Amino acid sequence: MNAHLLVLEVVVPLMAAPLCMLLPSKPAARMFSIAVAWITLYLAWSILGALGATEHGVIAYELGGFPPPFGIELRVDWANAYLLLLVSGIAAVVLMFGPGSAGAAVAEGRHAFFYTAVLLALAGLLGITVTGDAFNVFVFLEVSSLASYSLIGLGRGARAPMAAFSYLIMGTIGGTLFLLGVGLLYQMTGTLNMADLTTRLPDVLDTRTIVLALALLIVGVGIKLAVYPLHQWLPNAYSFAPSVVSAFLAATSTKVMYYVLVRIIFTIFGAAFVFETLHADYLLLPLSLIAMFGGSLAAIYQHDLKRLLAYSSVAQVGYMMLGLTLASATGLTAGLVHVFNHALMKGGLFLAVGCITAQVGSSAMGDLRGLGKRMPFTCAALVVGGLALIGVPSTVGFVSKWYLVQAALEQDLLSVAALILLSSLLAVVYVWRVVELCYFSEPDATQVEVTGRPPVREAPLGQLLPTWILIGSTIIFGLTTDLTVGTASKAAAQLMGVGP
Amino acid sequence: MDFPVEVILFLFLLATALTVALLEDLFAAAMMTGIFSLLSACLFTLMDAVDVAFTEAAVGAGVSTVLFLSTLALTAQREKQHPFTWFPLLLVILTGACLVTGTLDMPHYGDPKAPIHVHVAPEYIAGAERDFGIPNIVTNVLASYRGYDTFGETVVIFTASVGVMLLLGHRRRRPGPAHRPTITPEGAARMRDFAIVRVVSMGVIPLIVLFGLYVQFHGDFGPGGGFQAGVIIGAAVILYGLIFGLSTLQRVVPSPLLETGIALGVLLYGGTGVASLLMGGHYLDYAVFDSDDPKHGRHLGILLVEGGVGIAVTCAMILIFYSFAGRALAREAFDEGGGGQ
Repeated sequence: MNAHLLVLEVVVPLMAAPLCMLLPSKPAARMFSIAVAWITLYLAWSILGALGATEHGVIAYELGGFPPPFGIELRVDWANAYLLLLVSGIAAVVLMFGPGSAGAAVAEGRHAFFYTAVLLALAGLLGITVTGDAFNVFVFLEVSSLASYSLIGLGRGARAPMAAFSYLIMGTIGGTLFLLGVGLLYQMTGTLNMADLTTRLPDVLDTRTIVLALALLIVGVGIKLAVYPLHQWLPNAYSFAPSVVSAFLAATSTKVMYYVLVRIIFTIFGAAFVFETLHADYLLLPLSLIAMFGGSLAAIYQHDLKRLLAYSSVAQVGYMMLGLTLASATGLTAGLVHVFNHALMKGGLFLAVGCITAQVGSSAMGDLRGLGKRMPFTCAALVVGGLALIGVPSTVGFVSKWYLVQAALEQDLLSVAALILLSSLLAVVYVWRVVELCYFSEPDATQVEVTGRPPVREAPLGQLLPTWILIGSTIIFGLTTDLTVGTASKAAAQLMGVGP
Repeated sequence: MDFPVEVILFLFLLATALTVALLEDLFAAAMMTGIFSLLSACLFTLMDAVDVAFTEAAVGAGVSTVLFLSTLALTAQREKQHPFTWFPLLLVILTGACLVTGTLDMPHYGDPKAPIHVHVAPEYIAGAERDFGIPNIVTNVLASYRGYDTFGETVVIFTASVGVMLLLGHRRRRPGPAHRPTITPEGAARMRDFAIVRVVSMGVIPLIVLFGLYVQFHGDFGPGGGFQAGVIIGAAVILYGLIFGLSTLQRVVPSPLLETGIALGVLLYGGTGVASLLMGGHYLDYAVFDSDDPKHGRHLGILLVEGGVGIAVTCAMILIFYSFAGRALAREAFDEGGGGQ
């Protein structure tokens, strides 16, 4: 059992998806997918445990019994074990949000397909994370992307399919560029195995083809990661998708792509080549700073809570990219810690929006007026999640920014450290807008009568519980950082050591 | 030196691609994409990638053209006019220039000393005969060395059909004459009236299906395998539907059957891997199926997973066609109901 943990982590959700489709009723499909997500979480936890018992912190698995580089290898070190835990954990919590596919426009009799698509997205993301083979990343990227496009297209309203379609076009361009990059790597080295690439690439690093391959890979992954200015698909996709889907994708999809980028830069090519020879930081550092400010500024001016959160995600990707660009153990730790922390806050916040849309029927900022009295627990979740976004001490946001500022100061980049703090002030502005509307504005009396809806009540426990599990974690992991910072710093040390 | 035919084909390919981009008549553009696929298939054949050429011809020139046309039936025939902007054109030209200058120092086309020919390829070539006894190296690599990727690709097809069914909301039809659509699409009715089309297709369709089965089961020895067979059989069934109408086809192959079929195909592939796990091997290690003769075990494993791919792809092709064509049917029924006053 233990030897096969890695492959089971992917195969269990992958095989569960077609089984889920055959299930007759909606509750059965729902319970089944929740159970599968919890099994993947258990497996991820076991992988992390098994990794602690190894000497070098690497577990490898040969698929089909073929030794690499001939067969496909699954290879887990601290970085991907950490991501596996995050992705499966988020899926396990988000799937519990009920009743059913809240907010999704699923035709009657099609609910099993909804859960099938969620399981496929989960399996795809886990497959990308667990593999040690560059082409295999592309295959599972396709699985998770196709599933995400269909899930986003299920949002209510006519604009959801259009948002899904533009994400599909952008995502397909990204995937194609990634595939071209992998193809060029294969052409120059004759191998697709990442560990084998690491040993064979140094001989050909001075060729132009390899530089082009790196550029294609970075842009391809950058599109899916929504690196500024390749983020245009993100605000529409996250704001028109069903809230549960936004919560799941915002907390997992961009995070896994960040991991892929880290893997490409630090394991395959090596930080020395990317940052010292090519000076990719000259381009990436300004872009991450622009993302931090541009995303937050755009968030301030949104009229829809979901859209506000989506633009805030663009800014948060900027923080993660900044950690990566600093190319130090501390910087990478900060980036990876923020991956985990941001997943908790954004997942929780989007679920809170899911509570609101389920009760109020919209997520427009105007409809938040006076909601603090009628939905106290949901609004409290918004506040705590917002505080974490700002980076208030005792929340996870503070932990991330603390390490990020430290990493900047290590390299005497005082101005960057100052900009990190300054951009947090912008977060204060957009979070305050939400707080003000929830607690210090009275609802528009005429509006309530016109819509003729029953009075808004607090969300049911089935929705509040998963929301508060994630929001509560933003406090818990803000106080005890053993799991997040501990694992992330081990991963960062490993990643920095592997490069030539 | 002979003038390489590849150059001519690439020039045709370029011309076709430009035509597709410039054409405003979407019907013509859809047909041109079919030609684009055929030309690509020719190029793949020249590169000795017959298996890939097979798939490209069947999917690109066949099924996806039909899907394009089904979509056009629902939308519009002509492209919407957009004001011309320079930025996209500049971006494309810049990217193209980067791709060309960036790859000037890559190994020459067909260079036997290129890294791809000296690192893993010799083992694949030697292993096919030594460990598998399978003459078609491509099938062997896809189903065994990179069998996990192929499983992933099968799941991609599965995901695509799940997505199409979720978004287009093609509903289950209950059996019984009351629920069967009484209106057939104009086009289908007209197609059926052409005696030549009807008679020829009746003669050809069984042969296409037979050929598909040959491609499926002969994939170890000649070009082919589950993907190709699935697409060919799927195309034959779609052809039947195009000529005799969707409702006739749905009586032969109802959609619940297809939905179950896709799921079972994926489960057959994945289940083969699970079986090898349970028998003490690694995931998708077919050698454990026959402890006395690993070659035989591997044969069996490849037969099973290719079977899974074939079933999943056939059902997925037909089901995706149903979702598109069913949409057109519903719309036509709506138009006739609304317009016939």
